[in-house]
Amino acid sequence: MTEDPAAGKAAGKAGKTAGKAESAARTGLGQGPGRLLVMLYGVFTVAAASRSIYQLIAQYQEAPLAYILSAVSAAVYAFITVSLVRGGEGARKAAIVCCALELLGVLTVGTWTLADPSAFPDQTVWSDYGMGYLFIPIFLPVTGLLWLRKARRG
Amino acid sequence: MIDALTVALGVTALLLAAWCGFAAYRDQPTKDWHFIGMAVVALLAVVQLVIGVVRLAGGDDPQQGVAIFVAYLIGSALAVPIAAFMSLTERTRWGSATVSAAAVVLAVLEVRLYDIWGGVGG
Repeated sequence: MTEDPAAGKAAGKAGKTAGKAESAARTGLGQGPGRLLVMLYGVFTVAAASRSIYQLIAQYQEAPLAYILSAVSAAVYAFITVSLVRGGEGARKAAIVCCALELLGVLTVGTWTLADPSAFPDQTVWSDYGMGYLFIPIFLPVTGLLWLRKARRG
Repeated sequence: MIDALTVALGVTALLLAAWCGFAAYRDQPTKDWHFIGMAVVALLAVVQLVIGVVRLAGGDDPQQGVAIFVAYLIGSALAVPIAAFMSLTERTRWGSATVSAAAVVLAVLEVRLYDIWGGVGG
């Protein structure tokens, strides 16, 4: 709407996200490149959560392992999203742990689905290293870790 | 009708992604014209949501289930407005990059919607 950064901030304060925007401004985790990460992590939270909720309710018996893993990945994504928005040193450290966990999850599940496809009659977000999701699941934790490291120095 | 709209929405979403991606590349925040573009795409997505629900109420049955169809309709209606608000409070190139990424997500949702509806007829 405007090119004036001050006016943009005022608009943000007027909105519902006032508290969030201010706390993020304090630490900068959800600002700049972090804003893009918040969006992508938000998308993946919704994607993994809605997928696992639907599948756990509608077709649990078909592939319980895959659906439970989807639910776990949704929880990890949700936690990282919240940490990025909240900001602060504690949240940054927690997010680093979760990003590492996420990377480990993608690599483990990715290898597992290739090594033993019969354990996974249905797909998860992390199947085949996230191939069904344009490989974003494997790039996201790496980018997240890089950004979280840089956010401390900057 | 809904197939044509899905294709149109997918194409306009990609155009929006390219446009905002270009702004990010040139180190510019989103401007008035970008927001007008976002409004057009968001409006199309809302129209799609309404038509989709009307078609469901009229007795049509998406190939891959009603619940998934409605979830994707709602998701695609929300994607661009949320990104627009995020870029309002991020007046840098990264605000533009965020909108661009959300538009790509919307395009992917449209491809999935096309499959979910059944891909033919409609």
